[in-house]
Amino acid sequence: MVRMVSATELEPTTYAWPVEAAGLRVKAGRHVAVNGLDLRLGTGVHGLLGPNGAGKTTLMRAVSTVHRPSGGSLRLLGEDATNGRVLRSLRRRLGYLPQHFGFYPRFTVREYVEYMAWLREMPKAAIPGAVQRAVERVGLTGRAGAKLKTLSGGMLRRVGIAQAIVNDPDLLLLDEPTVGLDPEQRVEFRTLLRELGADSCVVVSTHLVEDVVAACTDVVLVDEGRLVWQGLPAELVRLGERGGTGDSPAERGYTSLLTTHRSAA
Amino acid sequence: MTDHIPAAPLAAYTAGDPHLDDATVWAVEVHLENCAGCRARLAELAAPPLRTLLDDVQVTIDRGVRTGPEPARRRAWRRLAHRWAVWSVIPWVATVAGAVLAAFALDRQFPERPSLVLLLAPVAPLAGLAIAWSRRSDPAWEITAGTSRAGLELLLRRTVVVLATVLPPLALAGWRLGMSPALWLLPSLTFTAATLLAGGLIGVGRAAAVLGGGWLLAVALPAVLTSDLPAVVQPSSLPAWAAAALAGTLLTVLRAGDHRRVN
Ligand SMILES: [Zn+2]
Repeated sequence: MVRMVSATELEPTTYAWPVEAAGLRVKAGRHVAVNGLDLRLGTGVHGLLGPNGAGKTTLMRAVSTVHRPSGGSLRLLGEDATNGRVLRSLRRRLGYLPQHFGFYPRFTVREYVEYMAWLREMPKAAIPGAVQRAVERVGLTGRAGAKLKTLSGGMLRRVGIAQAIVNDPDLLLLDEPTVGLDPEQRVEFRTLLRELGADSCVVVSTHLVEDVVAACTDVVLVDEGRLVWQGLPAELVRLGERGGTGDSPAERGYTSLLTTHRSAA
Repeated sequence: MTDHIPAAPLAAYTAGDPHLDDATVWAVEVHLENCAGCRARLAELAAPPLRTLLDDVQVTIDRGVRTGPEPARRRAWRRLAHRWAVWSVIPWVATVAGAVLAAFALDRQFPERPSLVLLLAPVAPLAGLAIAWSRRSDPAWEITAGTSRAGLELLLRRTVVVLATVLPPLALAGWRLGMSPALWLLPSLTFTAATLLAGGLIGVGRAAAVLGGGWLLAVALPAVLTSDLPAVVQPSSLPAWAAAALAGTLLTVLRAGDHRRVN
């Protein structure tokens, strides 16, 4: 099938960083979960790592525009995300899979992804094709007509990924996308991630260090709501060769960075 | 399309000549896309093995189209339902209908006492609004909250759904009791608007609880205890209710942006 390339797709971007946060503060309830975070993310796949309670999920909620930052600046795709007026057009270019992926059990896979495409204001004519493509990319073509309540946890996670990528987002946020996927599906998912990261900014929050090393172009380590370290996966592995605890060099690199950061603080 | 592809480049292109430069290849391909004549010439130039391969591919595709899965059927009414329905309010519809029915029966039984239908009308939509915005009852709240249609559009759709389920039973009860529709409709709309307006700041659930609780304690309960129909639900208050409903609706639409985020 011939896919027309529109003029807006070829337009050069006018911003340097798809995600640019400075002194960002975001509250989760009364607790300040993101506290003075400075972060710049370019095109590619960024693995967001950190211990439980480090503020990863709150950060993802702020970047997905669901939560309003309580301080600092947050620019997404060149727009000021703290300004309510730009949200509508900005959100058309975002894809988001929350950690707790809620769904309507009576919807079929196709209906659910179509509903999400509609919520993101995709042009009517583009929706059926985009839905089919998204469902194919996550390997659920055979189950497209199945009701969501009949699917396993891993399949639901893939439905969640399909709804997040259906609008070809410029900024894609995936919170723990590999939970419930079996090893083979995780390998397929990493391939998909690399494809997606070729021309958009993908942020993957995960607790699996090996996923980050295998599929990400950049590692972002946060703790207590602040940026601890940002670098290449290879650098993380190299750090792990010198010490730290864990089963793989990357895990050892991760723990040694956290230990160094905490003892310095 | 006057200049067709000269024989030499076409032959080189067909043979996959590696010396053909990119610019020529692009020119040939752009022309081929639009010119059936040159495509026919290309087919004649193709080597027999290539033609056999293409025939095989054609046959396989045809077979795939015939035996493969049917295109997904488009079910318009299901899609309409998905876009409009607030699934979580459905169990609650029965509760509201039951409450209105009970109020109606009591009003029929005791016509001299303050009308329970009128006392119930302002707060009837509030529980539905609270449920439609509740994170606990909407499993997909976090996903939907981050989409472009969150905000004014979902606000209007949800409100329409809630009112469409609440107003018909009230209308039926009001009509059978011979009341003016404005008497129950205007307070209902005013409280709906006030809940959404306050809800943008403190959360719809909390706003519904405060406003609904306030009305029941300050107006409904004393009316039931004293058997006096309060002035606020008598026809003389209608102009005030009309003004409040209008102002409330306008303000709600103006402040719809408050509902774009969840905190
Ligand atoms: Zn020609």
